[in-house]
Amino acid sequence: MIEVQDLTKSYGSVTAVDHVSFTVNKGEILGFLGPNGAGKTTTMRILTGYMPATSGTARVAGFDVFRESMEVRRRIGYLPENPPLYPDMTVETYLDFVARIKNVPAERRPARIDDALRKTNLEDRRSELIKRLSRGYKQRVGIAQALVHDPDVIILDEPTVGLDPKQIIEVRNLIKGLAGNHTIILSTHILPEVSMTCDRVVIINKGKIAAVDTPQNLTSQLKGGQKIHIETEAPEKLLRDVLAQIPGASRVVIEPARAGSRQTVTVEAAQGNDIRSQVAAKIVEHGWPLFELHGVSLSLEDIFLELTTDDASHAQSSS
Amino acid sequence: MGSLYAIYRKEMGHYFVSPIAYIFIGLFLILTAFFFNVILSEVIKQSFQMEMQGMRFGAPSDFDVPAAVMRNFFGILSTLVLFFTPILTMSVYAEERKRGTMELLMTSPVSELEIVLGKYLASLSLFALMLLPTASYMIFMCLRSDPRPPWSMLAAGYAGVLLLGGSLLALGSFVSSLTENQLIAAVITFAASLFIWVLDIGRSTDSGGGAVLQYLSVIRHYEDFTRGVIDTSSLIYYASFIVLFVFLTVRSVDSMRWRRA
Repeated sequence: MIEVQDLTKSYGSVTAVDHVSFTVNKGEILGFLGPNGAGKTTTMRILTGYMPATSGTARVAGFDVFRESMEVRRRIGYLPENPPLYPDMTVETYLDFVARIKNVPAERRPARIDDALRKTNLEDRRSELIKRLSRGYKQRVGIAQALVHDPDVIILDEPTVGLDPKQIIEVRNLIKGLAGNHTIILSTHILPEVSMTCDRVVIINKGKIAAVDTPQNLTSQLKGGQKIHIETEAPEKLLRDVLAQIPGASRVVIEPARAGSRQTVTVEAAQGNDIRSQVAAKIVEHGWPLFELHGVSLSLEDIFLELTTDDASHAQSSS
Repeated sequence: MGSLYAIYRKEMGHYFVSPIAYIFIGLFLILTAFFFNVILSEVIKQSFQMEMQGMRFGAPSDFDVPAAVMRNFFGILSTLVLFFTPILTMSVYAEERKRGTMELLMTSPVSELEIVLGKYLASLSLFALMLLPTASYMIFMCLRSDPRPPWSMLAAGYAGVLLLGGSLLALGSFVSSLTENQLIAAVITFAASLFIWVLDIGRSTDSGGGAVLQYLSVIRHYEDFTRGVIDTSSLIYYASFIVLFVFLTVRSVDSMRWRRA
């Protein structure tokens, strides 16, 4: 449905999007994940025909976004970062206006507006002025606007920003419900959002794609070695020696725990070695109390940080 | 076409849902009514004096009261137009850009020309709507005068105001498309309008350059209309002026895609 190839956008000397390539299949939800200023909005703006790319091509439903822009625009529903609303209009007249400029034929307009209102739960607000609505409702009107012409592709730039937790869940469910009939790209800098709603994730940083995969694969692929978290009470030096002697253990980090004289220990092991039972055995062998032992799998959060920071020290100084 | 109408409707809705249109039309009518009143009484006073002088010297007076009122009134209207049009156009694009709704328009299957024309025609309609009621003063005066002045004179005068206003609205829309700041848009439009207004000062020079400047001044062509004369060269002047600035606005809106940083 969407094919992006070598897309590049530079503003003077700054390259906002740098040779980005990805594809989105019909009915899929693609998450665009990256820190602020990574090039998510720029990529979306190019896809919607809002701005031209410096080089590279992007096709939506087989149409080039630059040369056949009108065809692309007919097939796209787009929610920009700030919902493009006219405060003096009522929700219904606004949606009617959008339906008109999106070329929805007159006889289908009322049904389409009702459908968009129903999907975004705005039916009881239809005759309210947009300026009187709260932030969450405005965001929903923004989403309704992107749906009103029943587009093949829906592009949502940070759809849950500024919403309260309950509204965020509603919006996520709405987006999930739209998949299948529509192809969706959404951008976010909130990690759990991606794992909850998206089929695939594009991680983008400084204009470059850092990874493209399903949330599950990303988690397992980057798990690398195993990490074990232990809480125990033992003489530190002896504990370190004992744990380091376990075959397969690569790194032992010991920190004092919050409670009393306990320590929390993180043991890393090379991939494929499950050393949990050996760790437990060693600790019990020495008669130390074992309060906690569990394997730690890398969360999307860790993957994200791993992919988007060059090295830890650099990240700390720059952030 | 459908999109052009949609944008036109939206703009008109914006004028009339918010207090903009009412304040505009109301203020304009109060001012014009006041000036009409002053002009009418002044001209009548003047005509009495002429009549008395005529009686004293035995020559019949040929002072044409309705024509003098019209000329003066259209003169005042043009000055009011100079002040009203920058305010009318300052928000046309500036506000749209500030709100981010330009992004909606430019990612919809609407051409730049449709956006620009829809907005321009809406501002022109509001302008016509605020101008129209002032015709009632003139019609009333014409009906009361004997001999009745030709309606064509009145029509020519209003055609002149519409063309003058239309030109300044086109200029103002263009300026508004260049900035996100409404105040800057209004001030620059006013300054630019004033500038092409006073090009007329070239009138005093008889050199070729002076004649060109004189032709380029918006107000010189207007004066013909207020005398009931519709000159083809004036029509061409205003038509070219409007087309030029509508075209420039289209280019400017189009360039928003490229210059966004």
